[in-house]
Formats: sequence, structure tokens, C-alpha cells
Amino acid sequence: MNLQAVTIGQYFPGDSYLHRLDPRTKLIAVLLLSVAIFLPRYFPGYLLVALFTMIAVALSRVPVKFILRGLKPIMIFMAITVLFNAFLTPGEPLFQIGRWAITREGLVLSAVAAVRLVLLVVSASLLTLTTSPILLTDGLERLLRPLAPLGVPAHELALMMTIALRFIPTLVEEADRIMRAQEARGADFRSGSLINRAKGLIPVMVPLFVAAFRRADELATAMEARGYRGGTGRTKMKQLAFSGADYRAWAILVLFTVAVVGLRVTGRG
Amino acid sequence: MDESYIAVNQVSFAYPTADTTAEQIRLALNHVNLAVRPGEFVAVLGMNGSGKSTLARHLNALLLPRDGTVLVDGMDTREEKQLWAIRDRVGMVFQNPDNQIVAAVVEEDVAFGPENQGRPPEEIRQRVAEALAAVGMSHMRERAPHLLSGGQKQRVAIAGALALRPACLVLDEPTAMLDPSGRGEVADVVHRLNRELGMAVVWITHFMEEAALADRVIVMADGQVQLEGPPRTVFNQADQLRAFRLDVPPAVSAAERLRAEGVPLPEGILTLQELVEALCQLRSAT
Ligand SMILES: Nc1ncnc2c1ncn2[C@@H]1O[C@H](COP(=O)(O)OP(=O)(O)O)[C@@H](O)[C@H]1O
Ligand SMILES: [Mg+2]
Repeated sequence: MNLQAVTIGQYFPGDSYLHRLDPRTKLIAVLLLSVAIFLPRYFPGYLLVALFTMIAVALSRVPVKFILRGLKPIMIFMAITVLFNAFLTPGEPLFQIGRWAITREGLVLSAVAAVRLVLLVVSASLLTLTTSPILLTDGLERLLRPLAPLGVPAHELALMMTIALRFIPTLVEEADRIMRAQEARGADFRSGSLINRAKGLIPVMVPLFVAAFRRADELATAMEARGYRGGTGRTKMKQLAFSGADYRAWAILVLFTVAVVGLRVTGRG
Repeated sequence: MDESYIAVNQVSFAYPTADTTAEQIRLALNHVNLAVRPGEFVAVLGMNGSGKSTLARHLNALLLPRDGTVLVDGMDTREEKQLWAIRDRVGMVFQNPDNQIVAAVVEEDVAFGPENQGRPPEEIRQRVAEALAAVGMSHMRERAPHLLSGGQKQRVAIAGALALRPACLVLDEPTAMLDPSGRGEVADVVHRLNRELGMAVVWITHFMEEAALADRVIVMADGQVQLEGPPRTVFNQADQLRAFRLDVPPAVSAAERLRAEGVPLPEGILTLQELVEALCQLRSAT
């Protein structure tokens, strides 16, 4: 395993319409879309939501294989959901396997669950594929800032994300180095039972954690030395700004939401 | 006294320990005096554990003296309301370049200090541009720090301190983790800042050749200042340096041995070049 190949998030650099949107617009859009995905009852509603997601994929100019790659980790989860729904929903039986039956109602529910899950993951992947982690952090901080009086630690969360982004590559490098040093001394991380491999990782994790705590300590001192005193009174060099593209996106989002809700309320979708 | 920018007067400090058998407390700093004048380049030498870092952390109120006072630009570091003013004036760079860079993009990291000060975005931008230019890293402003070399990371860290526009830069063994070329890079940048911007520098190191370029050298041992003076004077006290377990610069020790062998070399030889010149002169004289 080459640890260097591990990347954070899955940003796909580009200059598409979606890339150029303000991260706040995209965050809100994903939030709306994930609610909209659960609203429809009938086919026209699903079609609308699916079409909307597909148009967004097309606008992102991210190759479809990257988007599908995001679905891989949820395959098992999806299979389980589909099977459970298919077998455990009571109704008119279609096939019989032993004393288990797949029902018509079960198949419908399975399909619905699968579609919802895929749309959900695709829309969330679109956000991270078209927004650099730094902009995502900024966007999140700005969106959460109004909630700070309610006790939402907007600045602290954003700072934690920033530091994580900064240090994940460093820690990965370090883990790689320690593993290679251990391998040179005969450690084997590739073969043997899962338990043995996990045991083999202990001599890697311990020095890594010790070093990480020292790093955290030194970083805190360095931040203090540069005048860090929490989020209050702090400014940002990079200001987020909405543009024409964002205004257009808002208009489309409003129309889309009205359509989905309308279909649902009128009982047509 | 009045002309010094930083004045350390009779400062003692002990780290809190688990067992508080009062009399057994080991002083990390023991009645230390130090004055840093505006625009001066001071090198601090001393073996591990001699108290160099503890002293450094007193210079911008990361640590507060147990006894004695530290004045920065006339402000007492123990007065809480001046804390941020003091940290704006004394920038600090640490040993491990990886553990002092906060952000995942070079320019965002340099912006961290002025952002903490709450400056307007336009001004932050300008400060970041200036600071990166001063360390010769403008062309890398959009890079990810973990992809830079050690010397480059350390220059980013220096830029991060410069963005606060300090009058004094304290560097705690900034070259200890770098390869020779990185060491040269960092030393060159700091000397240029000292020369061109008149920035006062406190350079903590255990490399003799780096200390040799300072205006003044301080040698610490056991939490005390043991020797102080221009590099030439300090480094020619070879026996003393050995007593504090410091390396004697190679040229000094070579000259010492040649003298012991009866070669009539003058006192005060510091660099290899000076040694070569002195030997050539001897040769042309005979
Ligand atoms: N965080 C700490 N807690 C307790 N003791 C410390 C701490 N840091 C340093 N010391 C002790 O203080 C003394 C001076 O350390 P330090 O200032 O780091 O020396 P130097 O930088 O010259 O190596 C040493 O004896 C060291 O063990
Ligand atoms: Mg030290």
C-alpha cells in the first residue's frame, strides 16, 4: 500500500459552472437536494429529482467514473438495504426462496431506497469534487457563523478542519516512513491474518500518536506566538463573494424546490 | 539600558514539577540578564537543556518570569493587557518547520497572524505579499506546505512571523532540522532581514559557524549566561567553551594546536579563511 496515494476528500480541480459557484451556494444546494430526495412519492417526483442531479453532474464536467467511484464504499450498505427491503416487506409474494419471499411491495421499496441512496451520495460527492477543501471549510464557517450565539463553534470547527487538512499529508508521510523502517527490520504489513496485521500496526501507531501529540503541543505554542486568541475579532484574508452564477443557481434551486414540493402536495409526484 | 529593545533583568524561571519539594526546584533560568538593542543580531549558544528555549519563550510572553522582569519596547510581559502588543513586536520561529505551519496553503498560513489581529482583508493581502517577498517565497504562495523543502518551510514560517511586522525576530534553533543547503537558505534570509530592514534578531543555535556571523554571542549553561561578547572574543575562550561542552570552531581549535606546536599565530582567529591568511602571512614573512 502506498500511503502517499491517499488524498483528502476527492477534489477534482476544474473550472466548470459548479466549480465557480460560491461554496455556500453549493452547501445549501446539497442540503436542499438531500431533503428533496426524500420528498417524492410517485414516479414523476423521482424523475425530477434524478434529472436535476444528472444535470448537475453534467454541469460539473467531472468524469462520470469519478462520481461512480464515490459509490463504491456504499455498495455493501446498499446491497443490505435492498435485500432487507425486498425480503422483509410484507405483501404479494413474487418469488419464494425457502421460507423467505420477495414481495412486489418489497421490490418497489428496494428500488426507491437504492435510488435515494445513489442520488444522496452523488450529490454529496459533487460538492466535494467541485469545491477545494479550503473553500469548503470557509463556506462552512461562514454558514455556521450566525449560529455561534447558539453555541455552534463555527470558528473552532473550521480551524480544526484547516489543521486537519494541513497535517493529514504530514502524518501520512510519517506513517509511511515508520512502516518502511519497520519493514526494513522484518515487519510484515501485507500478509498473515487480519489480527496479526493489526498487531503489526501497533509499533507504527504508537510512535505516530506520540509524535502527533508533540506536534499539537508545538503547533499550539506557534499559534499563540502569532497572536492567536480565538475566533472573536478575527478577520479573513480571503473573502467569499457571490456572483451572477450564484444568483442564477439560487433561482434554479427555488424553482426546483417549488416543483418538488408542488408535486408532492398535489399528490402527483 | 534605555536603548535596548528587549531588556531581560535578573530573570529566574522554573517549570512546574509534579513533586513540589520546594527546595529541590531546578531553575531553568537563573538570574539571567540580556539586552537586545534595535537592529542587533544576537546569537545564543548552549548545550541541550541549558535554558535557551526557556529564555526565548520569555521574550514574547509565552512564558512569564518567576522573578525579575522582561521589558519589550518598554512593556512588562507580565502585564496582561499588553500581551498582544508584545507578540506583535517579537516574532518567533521554532525548530520544527512542520509544527508551526497552520494552514494547507502557503499564503493562507502567512495570513494567519494578521488575521488574528483582525486586520482588513486588503491590508492582510499586502502584508502577506510583502512577507513572502522578503523571504523569497512569492512564487510558491499557492503551494501546499507539505510539498516544500525544509528550508522553504522554515522561510514560510519566517514570513508568517514577518506578516505581523515585528521589530525583533526570535529564532529557536531554526536550522537544527535542516540539511546544509536549507541551513544556508534560512541564515541568508535572516541576515538580509537584519541588514535591510534593521530587524533585531535573536538567533538560537548550536552551530558555531552560524553564531560567528552575529554582532554578539551569548553562551548559556545551567540556566545562566556564562559568556557574552563579540564572536571573536567569545570563541577564542576555547577552554571555557569546552567547559560548557560546546564545540570550538574548527579554525580556532586548529590555530590553538598550531600555537601549541610553536607556530606564532596571532590571537583572535575565527574563520578558516582568517587562519589561511595568517598562515600565508607567516610564510611570506619567513
Ligand atoms: N515543558 C517543560 N517542562 C519541564 N521542564 C522543562 C520543560 N521544557 C524544558 N524543561 C527543562 O528546562 C531546562 C531548560 O530547557 P530548555 O530551555 O528547553 O533548554 P534548551 O533549549 O537550551 O535545550 C531543561 O532542564 C529542561 O529539561
Ligand atoms: Mg531548545
